[in-house]
Amino acid sequence: MSRSQNSPGGVRSKSLASYLNDENVRAIIYQIIVIGLVILAGWYLISNTLENLERQNISTGYGFLDREASFEISESMIEYSAQSSYSQALIVGLLNTVKVSLMGIILCTILGTIFGIARLSSNWIVRKLATVYIEFFRNIPVLLQLFFWYALIPNAFPHPRDAIELLPGVLLTNRGLYTPVPVAHHAFEIMGIVAILAIIGIIFLKRWAKKRQDATGQPFPVALVGTAVFFGSVFIAYLAGGAPTVLDVPELRGFNIQGGNNVSPEFLAVLIGLSVYTSAYVAEVVRSGIQAVPHGQWEAADSLGLKRSVALRKIILPQSMRVAIPPLTNQYLNLTKNSSLAVAVGYPDLVSISNTTMNQTGQAIEAISIFMSIYLGLSLITSLFMNWFNKKMALVER
Amino acid sequence: MIPAENNLPRKDDFIAVHDLGKSFGAVHALRGISFSVPRGETMAIIGPSAAGKSVLMKCLVGLYAPDTGRICLDGEDVSTTGNETRKKWAEKTGMLFQHNALFDSLQVWENICFSLIESRKLSRKVARDHAVDLLGLVGLDPDSAGLRPSDLSGGMQKRVGIARAIATDPEILLLDNPTAGLDPVLSNHIENMIAAIAQKRGTTVITITNDMKIARHRYQNLAMLHDGTLQWTGPTTEIENAGNAYLTQMLSGSSQGPITMRTGKRQDQLFA
Ligand SMILES: Nc1ncnc2c1ncn2[C@@H]1O[C@H](COP(=O)(O)OP(=O)(O)OP(=O)(O)O)[C@@H](O)[C@H]1O
Ligand SMILES: [Mg+2]
Repeated sequence: MSRSQNSPGGVRSKSLASYLNDENVRAIIYQIIVIGLVILAGWYLISNTLENLERQNISTGYGFLDREASFEISESMIEYSAQSSYSQALIVGLLNTVKVSLMGIILCTILGTIFGIARLSSNWIVRKLATVYIEFFRNIPVLLQLFFWYALIPNAFPHPRDAIELLPGVLLTNRGLYTPVPVAHHAFEIMGIVAILAIIGIIFLKRWAKKRQDATGQPFPVALVGTAVFFGSVFIAYLAGGAPTVLDVPELRGFNIQGGNNVSPEFLAVLIGLSVYTSAYVAEVVRSGIQAVPHGQWEAADSLGLKRSVALRKIILPQSMRVAIPPLTNQYLNLTKNSSLAVAVGYPDLVSISNTTMNQTGQAIEAISIFMSIYLGLSLITSLFMNWFNKKMALVER
Repeated sequence: MIPAENNLPRKDDFIAVHDLGKSFGAVHALRGISFSVPRGETMAIIGPSAAGKSVLMKCLVGLYAPDTGRICLDGEDVSTTGNETRKKWAEKTGMLFQHNALFDSLQVWENICFSLIESRKLSRKVARDHAVDLLGLVGLDPDSAGLRPSDLSGGMQKRVGIARAIATDPEILLLDNPTAGLDPVLSNHIENMIAAIAQKRGTTVITITNDMKIARHRYQNLAMLHDGTLQWTGPTTEIENAGNAYLTQMLSGSSQGPITMRTGKRQDQLFA
């Protein structure tokens, strides 16, 4: 580059050939070509599909969302019936997907942390058991594992008539797990609002306490006061709301169990299957994170006479977080995406309901576009949250 | 001079090491080490790189269980790790690691007083005040209390490590290179402080150092390791008439003598 400028004919030598030899220019040209090809392919597919749909007399657009869905959904977190609209059906599916993914993320983190730590145990049996667990569940396709759990639950647990009563009112049957729930009461709404207000208050309290500690060095027991404030105010709201005590307890009526809250076998199968499968990967993330912390940190903790559990919690795990968060994010994203396999065991997740919608309306493109953008949105939210968390941890560790 | 071989532990010795051996696979880090330190006295350990100095110190604090031999502290056998006696003595010992090993997950003051908070249940307020005092003792600003170890310079980290080692007012102080990487003024200050701790509190101090001047003039006793064996031990006053070739070479830093570097090519070939 500098040579051509120094040469006498420098200006004229910037011919077409020299532009084509410029790495930057070439990179841009390649990118334009690729984008063009993608657009062309997309145009070809979409125009073909539109043509086909037109031939089948299916109108395009999202108008179908307001039409009556006229199919039942076995479990829903909101009011839903066959008379509800397609959009409501899809929301039910979205909520079911979010429910199983969120609980799966929490469960796989707990299981993964336990097995990841166990894999490094000094106890031979514990170490080997953890290794077997990890290798076993990591190496079997997750779909087969879902089938396995789904087949296990109806066969391993008794008919409602002989339900296992784990605790008074908590029944385990081949139709799922039944638990008592408080009967709806306006006190619970008040409690919810108060809880949110309390959390906001505690966030401000924490800010204030940090500022004061930075200024005067005086610490403030935020955790203690915060917990007291939270439970205290929620309890007062409960009393103020009239302290409802009525519980809807599940009981056997006829051949089935009525009342209470039912956790379906489908949900259990998906939750356990996804959590266990992903926990095997999370365990490996946790293990490598712990091993990334220099051995000298353990030695220093030992020399201070600290308990191993304290050293792990306060010194090793916080440092391994730095290494572990990015791969952990990947596992959470995988779990969320894998939850679409729920359709295989009949759990009414977003994909399953989109499928039904597609079959009934024929609006494949619209239905697919909806659930693809929802999955994209869920993944982006997870990524954003984990990025934020990573930054926060990095700020703490440095 | 007392030859190392005849230096059997006596009853009144506070720290007594007898025929200590420690291997890592094929590497014999320590072989037949015997020496002793009376209560309240100071000892410097010197020796070339990889002589086993740090391993010896980790055996003394109970991180490594010796393969052979015995370690007695105040007459109590602490040769096996993981028991109550060993734990009791670990808590009575303060140690500075060669590479500091500060906890990056904690602030500077928490680093210094972590065992006081966790094991002795000191309140965080009191612990923080104590940490600030200790920071002053090692010549650090109280403002550094709230920083992370990774925000400190190398010499500052070293001093935080020293503050952590003395935080519990230990009976035994083990310091692995406390003045390495410090400027002469600061290293003088730290050595004064170590001497004061030994004198005023009766702490028994063992220090690994590569500074021969410090080893000779600041410590009452000296032990020299070479290749996992003890070459010489005795009061520093007897160094002159020790007549030990290893010790003489180590003190003078000469390239002529029994201590050799295992270099593949000769230097004149490398930099031809
Ligand atoms: N945890 C360990 N595992 C395996 N080998 C080790 C371990 N610790 C030390 N060694 C080996 O023991 C020998 C002595 O090491 P040590 O750290 O005691 O040297 P040193 O005298 O402190 O040297 P330096 O002055 O360079 O710090 C070395 O050969 C080292 O490789
Ligand atoms: Mg060393």
